[in-house]
Amino acid sequence: MTAVTADAPSAPPAPPAPAGAAPRRFGMKWQLLAWFVSWIVLWLLLNGKFPLEAGTPPFVQDALQNFASNLGLVSWTQPIINVLNGLYNAGVWVTKQLGWTGMIGLGSALALLVAGWRMALLTALGMLSFGVLGLWDESMQTLVLIAISVLLSLLIGIPLGIACGLSDRFNRIMMPILDTLQIMPSLAYLGFIALFFLIGPPSGIVATIIYAIPPTIRLTSVGIREVSEASVEASRSLGATGWQVLRDVQLPMSRRTRVVGINQTVMAALSMITIAALVAAPGLGQSVLGALEILNIGAAFNSGLALVIMAIVLDRVISAASTRSAAGQRSKKETWTNRAVAAVLIAVGALLPAIAPKTATWNQAWSHPITDPVNTATDSLNNVLYPITTAFTEWITVWLINPLESLFTGTPWFIVIAAFAVLALILGRVRTAMTAILCLAGCVVIALWPDTMVTLTQVVLAAALTLILGLLIGVWIGRSKRADRVWRPILDAGQVLPPFVYLVPCLTLFGSTRLTAIIAAVIYAAPAVIKIVGEGISTVPSDTIEASRSVGANSWQEIFKVQVPMARPIILVALNQGIIYVMAMVVIGGLVGGGGLGYEVVKGFSQERDVGVGLAAGIAIVLLGVMLDRISQSAGRVRRTSSDVG
Amino acid sequence: MVNTRRKFAAVGVVAAAALMLSACAGSSSGGSTSAAPSTSGGGSTAATVACGSTPVQIADNPWVGYEADVAVVDYVLRTKLNCQTKISKVAEQVSWEGFGSGQIDVILENWGHQDLAKKYITDQKKAVDLGSAGNNGVIGWFVPKWMADKYPDITDWNNLNKHADLFKTAESGGKGQLLDGDPSYVTNDEALVKNLNLNYAVKYAGSEAGLITALKNATEKSTPLLMYFYTPQWALAKYPVAQVKLPAYTPGCDADPKKVACDYPPYPLNKVARADWVTAGGPAVNFIKNFSWTNDDQNSVAAAIQGGATDDAAAKAWVDANQAKVDAWLAG
Amino acid sequence: MSSPTATPSQTTEPAVSVRNLWKVFGPKAETIPGSAHAELSPAELKADTGCVAAVRDVSFDVAPGEVFVVMGLSGSGKSTLVRCITRLIEPTAGDVFVDGDNLSAADEKKLRELRRNRFSMVFQHFGLLPHRRVLDNVAYGLEVRGDGKASRLARAQEVVELVGLSGFENSFPDQLSGGMQQRVGLARALAGDPDIMFFDEPFSALDPLIRRGMQDEVLRLHHEVGKTMVFITHDLSEALRLGDRIAIMRNGRIVQLGRPDELVGAPADDYVADFTRDIPRSHVLTMRWIMRDVKPGEPLDGPELSPDLVIRESIAPITSSSAPARIVKDGQLLGLVDRDDLLAVIAGSAQG
Repeated sequence: MTAVTADAPSAPPAPPAPAGAAPRRFGMKWQLLAWFVSWIVLWLLLNGKFPLEAGTPPFVQDALQNFASNLGLVSWTQPIINVLNGLYNAGVWVTKQLGWTGMIGLGSALALLVAGWRMALLTALGMLSFGVLGLWDESMQTLVLIAISVLLSLLIGIPLGIACGLSDRFNRIMMPILDTLQIMPSLAYLGFIALFFLIGPPSGIVATIIYAIPPTIRLTSVGIREVSEASVEASRSLGATGWQVLRDVQLPMSRRTRVVGINQTVMAALSMITIAALVAAPGLGQSVLGALEILNIGAAFNSGLALVIMAIVLDRVISAASTRSAAGQRSKKETWTNRAVAAVLIAVGALLPAIAPKTATWNQAWSHPITDPVNTATDSLNNVLYPITTAFTEWITVWLINPLESLFTGTPWFIVIAAFAVLALILGRVRTAMTAILCLAGCVVIALWPDTMVTLTQVVLAAALTLILGLLIGVWIGRSKRADRVWRPILDAGQVLPPFVYLVPCLTLFGSTRLTAIIAAVIYAAPAVIKIVGEGISTVPSDTIEASRSVGANSWQEIFKVQVPMARPIILVALNQGIIYVMAMVVIGGLVGGGGLGYEVVKGFSQERDVGVGLAAGIAIVLLGVMLDRISQSAGRVRRTSSDVG
Repeated sequence: MVNTRRKFAAVGVVAAAALMLSACAGSSSGGSTSAAPSTSGGGSTAATVACGSTPVQIADNPWVGYEADVAVVDYVLRTKLNCQTKISKVAEQVSWEGFGSGQIDVILENWGHQDLAKKYITDQKKAVDLGSAGNNGVIGWFVPKWMADKYPDITDWNNLNKHADLFKTAESGGKGQLLDGDPSYVTNDEALVKNLNLNYAVKYAGSEAGLITALKNATEKSTPLLMYFYTPQWALAKYPVAQVKLPAYTPGCDADPKKVACDYPPYPLNKVARADWVTAGGPAVNFIKNFSWTNDDQNSVAAAIQGGATDDAAAKAWVDANQAKVDAWLAG
Repeated sequence: MSSPTATPSQTTEPAVSVRNLWKVFGPKAETIPGSAHAELSPAELKADTGCVAAVRDVSFDVAPGEVFVVMGLSGSGKSTLVRCITRLIEPTAGDVFVDGDNLSAADEKKLRELRRNRFSMVFQHFGLLPHRRVLDNVAYGLEVRGDGKASRLARAQEVVELVGLSGFENSFPDQLSGGMQQRVGLARALAGDPDIMFFDEPFSALDPLIRRGMQDEVLRLHHEVGKTMVFITHDLSEALRLGDRIAIMRNGRIVQLGRPDELVGAPADDYVADFTRDIPRSHVLTMRWIMRDVKPGEPLDGPELSPDLVIRESIAPITSSSAPARIVKDGQLLGLVDRDDLLAVIAGSAQG
């Protein structure tokens, strides 16, 4: 603990700052610089001393291992398994009975009812593309799995979200649980789910629900809290009961926010499909994994594309449904026309096979998978890029990854903990510092310190690269409508393309290295960050920009003196989200040479004797994620208040 | 055109299989071994026997060699024995869990897994060993073939330190890199490197895909690579390798994982089945007990699958060409 | 700092009666009323206990049919006060009686029953339901209390016409202007035919011109339907226009309670005086405030005026007569007012 006292006094150099915003921010810069310099100095002095590799007994891991090996088969889950299997089989039966024409009819009819004819058209085209890609059956299986998972998520999540929205205490209990569910890598617990819910659709559905339910709960709660106090009060003043207020005011008025949550749940569920395939959940995830097994990049992309199309259609339809709902219910006439058309669509689709039997099953001759073209393209691309990427990998590893990793792994553990506590103090409050200390100390206790530091290195670098990319492209799309139109579909695809699809190309170009892990994380995290930054830049009030132009600022000055500083709060939100997304890729990183905690989780899933380590590593990832989340959030808070003062 | 025709053929096979399935489900099963009325024209020469109404549940572990096993076993079960099958694509550990829950009847290619064998065979008695699959698993260190040609002495571990510079990467910190790490398999490599005093560092690729990609690049781009790998493996047919000799394996030399300084043991790959399923008996159990083929057999089917053939097409081609072996499996 | 005694002019039972009402926010709030802390200034109280007393020991009565205005600047506690009366916020201490029923003792069910039938409220930010048509918004209170669909829509239609919203029944709130939206709020409050209506700064979110129109609307409705009204505002001219009596609040207490002319003519302290300084006295003060005793030899054949006549209204009769006006109530001569008296007041208020 001497380290804390050695480090702390040097941290706040405290130049005599007069009150006001600018000097305070100036002060924080100096504090951060001093913090960094003191860490480097301590590292140089103490590099490699007090190593932890062999130091801590892995009793937590052993306990987890014992717990896991003694878990017998559980019987109470059998009814749930039966229900889930029944639901899945019924769903697939329906898709088979309706055939491809019936399903497209049904899909576009639903889209028409909730989101209008444009969305109906988009849905029909999207579903048709499943057949064209040669993946009709797989797509339908995935669709059924998604539908069941999402419906159950809503069934469980909305009541929980309402409870969170109405009760502060319940909300306080739920939020850390939701954080854990979202950050905990699913591979860490997938084995247990298979133990409880057996392999096949039930485990796939349960794993998907666990991962996908948090947004519904969170946004239902936020929605209820956002409902105008005046309307709630007015309703109460008329003598409404708690239930009447909920039914008539809070639920209808929070609908928009809730739909956003449902949308996020659907997207999260889709992103779990590939992972769920590891416990034999059928569908497109199986095709992706199967293609990966034989390194068939084209086949993986083909299946990935089907997933992307499914995600984009669902996203657009749900978003359109939420914005249209208010207007839609106002026009009775339109509703009735749409209902009629929808009925016709379903009827024609379902009856077509009876009239024209040839259309009952999808004709494989109509399928044109993109497998071969993609394989050809990636092969030639690979040949061109390989020399460049190899040199790039070498350079980044030597000059960036290795130095940072040796800083993290070489500094004695208690100094690293102190350093993060001080950083949290500079950026946030005492509470943040306490969280940092507890989280990192947890990683020490579960005896995974070196792995934690390796992972931390990659997370920090990936988050930094993501933010740089986010700023570059985000500013661009924030300033130009045309750039936005070009980038938006790419970003959407990047967000929903399962990482497994681009792992092999990344491996081919960058090898099994830590850089590959970082790149995979950046690909996964960047789209969201870019979108948030772009949003922030484009919402800078136009009169501020006009004012800056009126004093003769050029574009460069406009960006760096007006738009970026004014969008700072949102950019910090983007950084925070970037870190969370990067954390989600730690395990995937372990699959491509990242090592660290991610590899331990993968090992735990793969080998019985490493289950304990895998679980412990999953917990360490949660601890790391919570710490980074709280520190980056507090940075956002401090900056925001200081800009308020200014 | 050819492509299309093959797809039509595949649809035909699936349709025929579905017909047979429904026929199978229709026939009564009283544990009798009397021949079921043969409605299918599968062209089988063996007697068609009733297989019971519940499908044979086969685990399909994620590597192509295993998939070749599944393709042939599945094909034979359906076309020759009139059985239903249910194939679950799962990882190894999850397949063993399936013995406990009754969701998996058979694992066709088991690589050791002493811990799981102890838990499910010895302790819980949920599973039984059904004997060799005929394939021999080899785990060890490999270099691409061009390296063995260029540096003939490299295939002896004694010379590895001499060549350590070749394998140096930014990842391995001044030492030679030994690329490890399909997490599904046992590795002693860190202990080996330490106990053999090798100037190498172990780098964990983290997945089979990572290993094969590295091998592909090393072969196509002639870059040096020393890797942990195993055979039978389809990639070896495409990217030839040479094995590096480590100090010979003697029974017990790997008893203490920390002190290992010898090669990996040979892995006679075996079949494992659910105890209750074996006890119930029937033609399918006999067939799986008898099932056994060579690494070459497996590699030829695996290569066909990897080359784009459907599992059934690859299996049929092999079965048609090896009728005698199949008949031997089905006998007794 | 003593609360002025509130004596309604009528002797009938008050419609609303508030007794020693307290609302304290903060830790152990319930210990503050009646303790030594109760007498501390807001800053001292905050420093000593961490509590904020939004309403301190407030008592008053509202007579049936009266328009009672509570006036104060933001933070004076007036909005908390009205919410404590209707128990949208639970008061810390004290009692509220509505037509003799003790509201503070009512359980949830009784409270809902009172809210559904006896009183209603109009809010500053309207509190409309954006997903319902105007007609359904107006009918909402009736729906909540379980009226049948046909009867509640019929009643809502009546009220919609009463507040001048005819033709907008099927519009949604976001399609209406702010003033129109508040008419919906007004209609909703009227629909249940309550005895008492509470208004919480209902017009402060509106433009001045519209605000004036809405005030006229309230006066007209008061005239037509004769409800008891408790009206919260921060706008003194609004208070003077609408209120039969006005309570001025500061730091949670009522510093003065009286008729408009009493506040202007005899402010209880500097705070109230400061407040009322800009008010043209001729618009508020009555003959009572400027009459003087009869001087010997004065002519007593001037016009006869009521002591409650506002000065502004008296200009014509007084200036057209050479004799001073006689202020007479119930046949009794109370005093005289002549041109000079009048001019002195008008000139004085002009200077102020």
